[in-house]
Amino acid sequence: MNNPSSDQKPTESSASGGLFFLFGLAVVAVFTWFAFTSISPAHLPINVSSAPQSKGIDQLIWLVHLLMAVLFIGWLLYFFYTIFRFRKERNPKADYVGVRSHASTWLEGIVAIIEGVLLVGFAIPIWANASYNFPQEKDSTVIKVIAQQFKWNGWYTSINGKFAKQDRHFVSPDNPFGLDKTDPNFKDNFFVSSDLVVPINKPVLAYVSSLDVIHCFKVNPLRVTQDAIPGMVIPAHFTPAQLGTYQINCAQLCGNAHYAMHGTLKVVSAEDYAKWVADHTKSGGGAGGGYE
Amino acid sequence: MQASTHTDSHSHDAHGGHDHHEPGFWQKYIFSTDHKVIGIQYGITSLMFLFFGFLLMLCMRWQMANPGQPIPVVGSWLHAILGDEMVAKDAQGRVGVMMPDLYNSFGAMHGTIMVFLAIVPLAFGAFGNFVTPLQIGACDMTFPRINMVSYQCYFLGGVLMLASFFIPGGAAKSGWTSYSPLATVAGGGHHPDGQTFWLIGMVALITSSLLGAVNFITTIIQLRAKGLTWMRMPFFVWAQFVTGFLLLLAFPPLEAAGVLQLADNMLGTSFFLPTGLVVSGQPMHVSGGGSPLLWQHLFWFLGHPEVYVLILPGMGIVTEIIANNTRKPIWGYRSLVYAIMGIGFLSFIVWAHHMYLTGMGTKISTFFQTTTMMISIPSVIILTALFISLWGGSMRFNTPMLFALAFLPMFGVGGLTGLPLGFNASDIFLHDTYYVIAHFHYVVAPGTIFALFAGIYYWYPKATGRMMNEFWGRVHFGLSFIFMNLVFMPMFIQGMEGMSRRMYDGGASYAAAAGSTGLGAFVIGLNKNITYAAFGLGLAQIPFIINFFWSITKGKKVTSDNPWHATTLEWQTPTPPPHGNFDKEIEVFRGPYEYSVPGAPTDYTTQNEPDKQAPLTHGNPVRS
Repeated sequence: MNNPSSDQKPTESSASGGLFFLFGLAVVAVFTWFAFTSISPAHLPINVSSAPQSKGIDQLIWLVHLLMAVLFIGWLLYFFYTIFRFRKERNPKADYVGVRSHASTWLEGIVAIIEGVLLVGFAIPIWANASYNFPQEKDSTVIKVIAQQFKWNGWYTSINGKFAKQDRHFVSPDNPFGLDKTDPNFKDNFFVSSDLVVPINKPVLAYVSSLDVIHCFKVNPLRVTQDAIPGMVIPAHFTPAQLGTYQINCAQLCGNAHYAMHGTLKVVSAEDYAKWVADHTKSGGGAGGGYE
Repeated sequence: MQASTHTDSHSHDAHGGHDHHEPGFWQKYIFSTDHKVIGIQYGITSLMFLFFGFLLMLCMRWQMANPGQPIPVVGSWLHAILGDEMVAKDAQGRVGVMMPDLYNSFGAMHGTIMVFLAIVPLAFGAFGNFVTPLQIGACDMTFPRINMVSYQCYFLGGVLMLASFFIPGGAAKSGWTSYSPLATVAGGGHHPDGQTFWLIGMVALITSSLLGAVNFITTIIQLRAKGLTWMRMPFFVWAQFVTGFLLLLAFPPLEAAGVLQLADNMLGTSFFLPTGLVVSGQPMHVSGGGSPLLWQHLFWFLGHPEVYVLILPGMGIVTEIIANNTRKPIWGYRSLVYAIMGIGFLSFIVWAHHMYLTGMGTKISTFFQTTTMMISIPSVIILTALFISLWGGSMRFNTPMLFALAFLPMFGVGGLTGLPLGFNASDIFLHDTYYVIAHFHYVVAPGTIFALFAGIYYWYPKATGRMMNEFWGRVHFGLSFIFMNLVFMPMFIQGMEGMSRRMYDGGASYAAAAGSTGLGAFVIGLNKNITYAAFGLGLAQIPFIINFFWSITKGKKVTSDNPWHATTLEWQTPTPPPHGNFDKEIEVFRGPYEYSVPGAPTDYTTQNEPDKQAPLTHGNPVRS
């Protein structure tokens, strides 16, 4: 044996080793099953956007998880076979060199190549679509989404599609967005709070900003997420392709009522949308009465 | 804990006459400059913070599982301590309901405490201090007094963080990331507020890390024993060395940023506050012109290397224990060393992957996701090398080995689930969901914390001269393993279904309602399962806590200085090691993991074994 000088062996308990090993195997079998039902893109919520990036997001999530599953199952199979085969009771003398093959280097190379393919083939083009290929304003429903503690303001225009001017000098308690009420476009603008409405099958161009702290505009079924950062106006776009009402999440801690800062985004038909806009322009009579 | 052999081994100690009088209690245990005592101070303090941080989360988990219900027993204590502002009554008048501000405070402090007061000080402060000088054959750190001050700064930071719970307005509540402008406005009317304490506490903690880092780097460069070349260093020492550089180079930006945010909060500056802020309907009276994103950049420039500060020492510990208990050399030692250096460099250029959704263009995000994918390669290399090291071993499954083995697949889950977060496109959906929480907890909890437990069981006999109880160690491992997974695995489901993190009501506000999409009853119901499992995880630590303290005086005594038959130098000291560590000249002749060397008389050949008794190999076994 290779342990002649074992004057004491405080750590060994060979008899219970095998039992413990079996117990471990059972635990891990359960664990593996658990892992693969948990970390599965099958749990993704419905995707109702037809913007070029949104299907890609789901595809990429599936492909990455496929890669993860293959690697993880491979590791686990190897891991348990190794623990079984090279336990002390079965293999009393260790091999000084161990694995002689270089298969692992190839494996690492293959993983790197797959990551590269996912990067170039999916992640970068999807991102370019989401953050760069914006629809033209004239072809889109343009909304300014202004977050504040703890609600979502939607700033719309009715006929001419032009927004009134904003300046911080106009900011007052009854004019938190600092609108220039003398601007001729002001009459065509209106505001809604927390419940936004957009028409179906037309790109939505949302200019996302915030009045106070950082929020994040996130609508899961539309696969759109954009931080709302004070001092910045950041565009985001999506194309709703299914009627319905979808929740707007605030996805950035924004204060003590962060958990309750949800809004809704209602997707309606083009006719309903036109009616909704007309109603708001008429009843609001300009932005002054529209918000709060 | 280590007084027993102090005096007798002292007389023939060769290094200097500075300590020929017996130090008193204060000097020996409180104001000690001995790296081992400081290591143990770090260890005990950080373990207490680890448990405290866990308890904070347990309160939060109760609230998430049972929104608006008073916390049993603890709720009334919290009310007595923190008052009506933080703990309210429910509809039936029962006291003990956590308020949203308290939930956010506990959340921010859970993160802060776990990262900066528990894991880093345990991994780097405790293990680094206790083990590193022993493993390199040094008599102490290069700067023992700086080492002492490092612990004192850490302690001060911890006291400030704890004190902040009791001030008006409570502790910091803007997340462990403390994003501006929220961190500036969240205090309400309170000046100073919890955030002030948080920032000053962070300055103390970062100062502590800096002093520690300088000391570790210098010690590892200067004080290695004769013959301990770089490629003969145990991997644990490499891990501490790289960690030292991360701490040295990544933490100062946050120290500076902390001072700037402090000025924003207290002196009316606008480093991180943009023009035109309107808070609660009122224009905010600040000059503006600052950038909230600047804070995020400075924070994550620390924050991402920080992730590797959390994991690298854990990898080092696991490597030591796997080599020891497979009784064979680590496979690909050199590739491990190069990989850990690669991680060290790359970890400085991935930080903005935490900021994909801040309006980043394609070019910048391509850069950061490419570097993020690149850093996954050395991580895979390390994990693969450790997996391969098992092949051909003669494995003993003692408690340290069980924790070390479990680290591999658990860190695997954590690492792999980083991939869909690292690709910016899939992050569009997964951003801010529970998937993120599950991912980084798999890295740190069943990853790093398991490695740290492994290290505690493994080096305990060196520190105390006694073994921890093996049976209860296994119980601790088995239960922790099961409950860890029951806590964190369901979070992947919650995240994939779109549940956001940091929800006071556990996502109930986002439940699917008539006519709108949202979270299903199943995912919200998982909050209850997770809470039960978290409670079980807490109970599973009781055997550990009792075992830890009981074994100091009652554990089985070790009968040799090298109870695990290990090769590295820390086992060549008397047990426990006296002040000055070694009672003989240490010279190193071989690599760190010379187990089962063909032709050697025993299955381990210690690093200081002279040439004659075993064939000499330089560092790593040579293979073609």
